[in-house]
Order: sequence, then structure tokens, then C-alpha cells
Amino acid sequence: MSATITTSSEANGNVSAATAKAAARAAASEGGPQSVTLARAINAAMVDAMETDRAVIVFGEDVGLLGGVFRITDGLTKTFGDQRCFDTPLAESGIVGMAVGMAMNGMRPVIEMQFDAFAYPAFEQIVSHVAKMHNRTKGAVKLPMVIRIPYAGGIGGVEHHCDSSEAYYAHTAGLKVYAPATVADGYRMLREAIDSDDPVIFLEPKKLYWSKDLVDLEVLRAQHADNVEAGTSSEGRAAVARPGTDATLIAYGPSVSTALAAAAAAAEEGRSLEVIDVRSIVPFDDETVVASVRKTGRAVVIAEAHGFASVASEIVARVQERCFHSLAAPIRRVTGFDVPYPAPKLEHFYLPGVDRILDAVDDLQWED
Amino acid sequence: MISANRVAPPKSEDKPAGTIAGSLRRFGISEEDYMLPARHQIQMVSPDGALVPLDEQGTQPGHEYPIPADQELATAYEQLVIGRRVNDQNSALVRQGRMAVYPSSHGQEACQVAAALCLSGGDWMFPTYRDSVAIMARGVDPVQVMTLFRGDWHGGYNPNERNVGIQSTPLTTQLLHAVGVAHAAKLRGEETVVLAMCGDGATSEGDFHEALNFAAVFKLPVIFFVQNNKYAISVPLAHQSVAPSLAHKAVGYGMAGERVDGNDLVALLAVLGRAVKLAREGSGPLLVEAHTYRMQAHTNADDATRYREDSEVVEWQAKDPLARMRTYLTDRGLLDDAVESRIAERAEVVAAQLREGLSEDLSVDPQDLFKYVFSSPTRQLEEQSALLADELSREEATK
Repeated sequence: MSATITTSSEANGNVSAATAKAAARAAASEGGPQSVTLARAINAAMVDAMETDRAVIVFGEDVGLLGGVFRITDGLTKTFGDQRCFDTPLAESGIVGMAVGMAMNGMRPVIEMQFDAFAYPAFEQIVSHVAKMHNRTKGAVKLPMVIRIPYAGGIGGVEHHCDSSEAYYAHTAGLKVYAPATVADGYRMLREAIDSDDPVIFLEPKKLYWSKDLVDLEVLRAQHADNVEAGTSSEGRAAVARPGTDATLIAYGPSVSTALAAAAAAAEEGRSLEVIDVRSIVPFDDETVVASVRKTGRAVVIAEAHGFASVASEIVARVQERCFHSLAAPIRRVTGFDVPYPAPKLEHFYLPGVDRILDAVDDLQWED
Repeated sequence: MISANRVAPPKSEDKPAGTIAGSLRRFGISEEDYMLPARHQIQMVSPDGALVPLDEQGTQPGHEYPIPADQELATAYEQLVIGRRVNDQNSALVRQGRMAVYPSSHGQEACQVAAALCLSGGDWMFPTYRDSVAIMARGVDPVQVMTLFRGDWHGGYNPNERNVGIQSTPLTTQLLHAVGVAHAAKLRGEETVVLAMCGDGATSEGDFHEALNFAAVFKLPVIFFVQNNKYAISVPLAHQSVAPSLAHKAVGYGMAGERVDGNDLVALLAVLGRAVKLAREGSGPLLVEAHTYRMQAHTNADDATRYREDSEVVEWQAKDPLARMRTYLTDRGLLDDAVESRIAERAEVVAAQLREGLSEDLSVDPQDLFKYVFSSPTRQLEEQSALLADELSREEATK
């Protein structure tokens, strides 16, 4: 695997299947790895998908000339015209419902919900139609649509702007739920989401929008093209974000960087923590997660969302069912408290942080 | 123009550049008069089957409706008879326990038939659970339509075969799908018209508002067809809306609205036919409210005597769409005993098809549970599928 496609927060080759062809193209490309934000990577994924397939269209609130409140759709209207990237009336159910009809009629809509909690008016469309249309029609109607949702907290946002709503979607049969944690995955996973014939809830950790990684977008483009040609993808596969031997931290989306920070701190104290980036909540990669926990024998699951009845709970249950005899201690969760997402001055008490993670790791019944 | 991963229907190159402004010039009326419904509902044939005098049909400048051609009326009448037979047959099948439930459109068949017949083959229809007759009138296999109510699966027909959306139970959610289908077609320059159906109670739903607004803002060729059958299960219209009429809601979105006698098939064909023509020419969406009546209970599980008087039902029996059309066509010389019995035979064929199709003891495949959740099953679904298969094989072994 070429070093040029490895990002600073992505040390493994589990996900990226760099072919010789892609590597050759990378060598030929002038730029090489550059400092790229998650926002830019997601934007580039939309640009490339729109260039590849004219059925890909983008719409939502303020996504047109403004480029979205987070500027993720910046330049799309200018580049592709206001028929392919446009603003809608301010109504989320309308946006999702219209996307369903467009997907039924040959389009591949990529729509934006402005904030996590603003997607709730669209909940009925999402759970009653987006998730069920394929099943109801025994596959006759496919809904190749992506619902992009800037999600989770850590930005000092006001009420209704910081929800971690992944459990609602993951609990609904028929939805794929992706939560990228790295810049490269922002590009890679959105391209795969747009390619998917199934509807995808695409959760973008908004606190990471301006985080940077060294990536070569040309290489990511080439890899994607090669994957499409070969009929392969990274969908449904977790990544080992940091290898380790003593315990496994399992995280996704905005919590991966926190887990990596905790692992770095633990290393200074002589403890080797492996960090698994779940990437795709649905479909879930039991194999990678289980392999890690069987190896280390200890695990902590980290997520910003409330812990009760959460994705973190599901992960604990799945790992416990599969790894019971390898476990040296009960699996711990470090999640948000079961309270409404707090006001900006209180959010640091709520969010899982390095210290809370390390405390949980300390509790994993070490013999020494 | 935008291409897509779907073969485009033929485009019309010579259609006039239509807009609301174009319509206004053509009709010589103000924008407000174009959008507001005519002062009275459009009625062309009275409940006793007589042609209503032209100056009493409810028309006014810019809201004029010629009588549809004889052949169109004859075709529609046949569908009306079949629709009534289908409703009665299905209700009987529910009583016999061969179907779980059937929301009958008995009394509303004129609306059902007109909704199907006003559209061309490349157009789309988005029906509700009470619109089975309309779906069949559009050519979908009757037994496939009934699969939903028989309980084998949550849908029985392929929406792409006749361009009919799957029957929607969550009220007015399908109106937005209609908007999306129309929007995709418009972006590709196709002249597809979409008819989206809902009832009076459903106009209280948020998606009704969002769909009408989206269709108007994007100037999409969608006909919103509201069958005002006076009840949302038990709740009368007065508890849903105090607007002058449901058709008046159109002007608030910047689209044209019209009211029509929903038990007058002639008027329905005229009003919906013109709405489709205007929409296809580019006038944007339209809202048509049809005044009709749900003659039977909401479903077999409902008891209509708890919330409405028998006298009201008797009053509406006198306005029956079928008897009225029969009298009118007979008086016009378009219908005689020979034609009538031929149509009755065709209706019996459909009824027999339903009886046979729904009596068949179809075996369901439990593995279908896992097959269609996604384009291909996830590993978790494969595991669950194997678990069920194992359970079933052990059950089989102990038999």
C-alpha cells in the first residue's frame, strides 16, 4: 500500500485497497498529499460524483448560492447550474419526500439536512418510505439517495444543533448509516454512499469539518474509479485506526479522534490501546471489531450519543455475545449522559473526553 | 437538460411555452380569478341523470369545461361499473375472511375512474389505500393490487409497470413522492404529468402543505386530487378545516384550484382532463377537490353508525355516481341493454378473477423477509436468515 494514501489518523490498510494502477496514477499526479479539510473532501466527493453521473443532484436548505451553512456544497451551483444544485423551500419532510420521488424516477439525490435535529420533521418520510420502499416493492423500486446530516456536538452550538441521532436511523431496518471519522473517509464513503442503490444516512461530524489531514484527492479519486471497475468497496468495513495490544477502543464519527487522543495518552503511560473506527454503523463490521477484542481481551465503546438504548449499547451486546470467553473484564461504555444535549458552557461536562475514556480503561480489571 | 439512468419517454418538441401568465392571457382573467376556484362546484350531470343547463354548470370565464367526447364517456362508464363490482366483491371477500381488510371506495367510483383515465401512459399516479379501483382502472392487475390487503406482503404490484406509486398509508406522504417524480421528469425535459391523490382529512397533514408548496415553487406538473368524502374515519370535515373549501387552499400556494361534483363522472373527466392539459402545457400544479361521499364505513373494522346519521347516507344514495351516469348515457342513446349486459359480463370477469386469485392459498416464503431489506442482504441479515431456516428445518424434522 502506497504511503501517500495513508492519512495521519488512518494507519491501517484495511479499508483502502490501493491498486497498482492507482499508485501509478498517484506517482504521476503532481500534487501529492496535501492538507485537506473534511469539508473539502466531502465537497470534492459531490463534485466528482456529479461529474461522473448527471443523475446526481444536490438540494436542501441554503445549499445553492450560499454553499450551505457549513459551505459543504460550496461552488456546486456555480459549477453545475441551479438545476443540479438548488435551494428548496424550508421544509425537511418536503426535501426527503421529493428526493424519494426523484430517486424513483431515475435520479440519485444527495440531500442536506441543515443540522441533526432539523432532520426530525423528515422522520416519517425516512422511516416509513425511504427505509421501506425497496422491501415493499420487493426490489422493484430502489431509492439511491443520500441524506447528508451534519451531526453531533463539540462546536458550542445552541439548542437543536448538536444531537447525535444515529440510533434512530440505525434502529430502522432498511437504512444504511455511515459515520466517517477521517478526511479520506469523508471522500471515500460519500462516493460509496452516492454509488449505493440503497438509501444512506450520511452523518458528518460537524466538529471535524475543519480538521485537516494529509491526503491526495487524486489518489482517492483513482482508488474509487478502480473500486467501481472491480466492483469492490469499503462499505460495511471497520478500520483499525491505531493498532494496539492491551485493550480496544471502539468509536465512530466524532469520537474516533477522541479515542485516538486517549490511546496516545495511554501509550505514554505504557498501555497499548487499539482504536477501531467503526465507519459504517449499518452494515456493521462484526468481524473486525470481534477480531480486535479477541486479541486484546478488553474493550471500551465510545460515543457522544446518550448511552441508554444506543448504538454503543448494541456494539457492547454484539461483542459480548461473540467474545465472552476472550474477555478479561466487562465491556465499558463511555457515552454522553442521558440528558438533553447541554448548552455550550456545559457541553464539555457531557462529551466523552480523554480522561473519562482513560478512567474506563483503568477499570478494566488489570491484574497489576 | 439532465439525463438519468433511465430511458426517457419521448419528448414533445412543439408544446407551447406554458406558464400561469400564458394561461391568464389565454383566458383573459386576473391571476386571482385563475387561481380561485369557480364560485360553485362544477356539475354537468345532475343526480337524476339530466344534463345540467350550461349556465348552471358552475362554469365562469376561465373555468369553462366542454363535455368530454362520447367514446371517452363510454369507456369511463365501463370502468365505473367494473369499479363498483370490484368494491362490492372485495367487501364480500373480507366478510368471508379471505382478505384482512378492504377500505372500500363504494360511492367514490367516479373519482377513481376519472383519476385513472385523465392520465396518459407515461404519466404517474400516486394513490392512497382507498384508491384500489383507480389503480385497477390504470391497468394494474386486480389480484396484485389486493395483495396488500390479503396480507402476503406490504405491496403486490411493480410501480414501474404502470407508473403507479405503491399505495400509501401514512397520509399525504405520497404527495411529495409525486412532486419528486414530476421534478425529475421536468429536469429531463419530459412532459410527464403526475396525479397525486388524498382525502379531505389528509389536507390537515403537514406533507400536504409541503407538497403543494414545493410543486408550486418548482412549477411542476402535478394535479393534487382531493376526494372530499366528508369523513376522516369518524371525524367530519368541519373538524379538519374551516376554509371556504379545500380547493380554496390552492391560491395560498399560487396554484389554481377547482371544485367538482365528485359523483358526476362527466364533470370529473372534464375538470381533471383540463387540469392535466394545463399542467402538461406548463401551467404548474393544480388542486382539484371532488365532493363525494364514503358510502360505507372506513373499513370493515369501523362502525359508521356511531358518528353519522342514516338519513345522511340515504341522501347521498340519491346522488350515486353509477345510476346517474347510466341514466345520462341511456338518454343520450350511448347505452342500451345489449351494451349494459356486455359491460356487466366484463365486470363479472374481474370479480371472478378476484375471487379466484384471493381464494388461492398462496404459500409465503419466510426467506423473503430478508431478501429485500437492502439491494443485497447484510451479513447480519444473512445470519438471521440462517437462524430462521434452522428453526424451520428443526420444526420440519419433528413433524
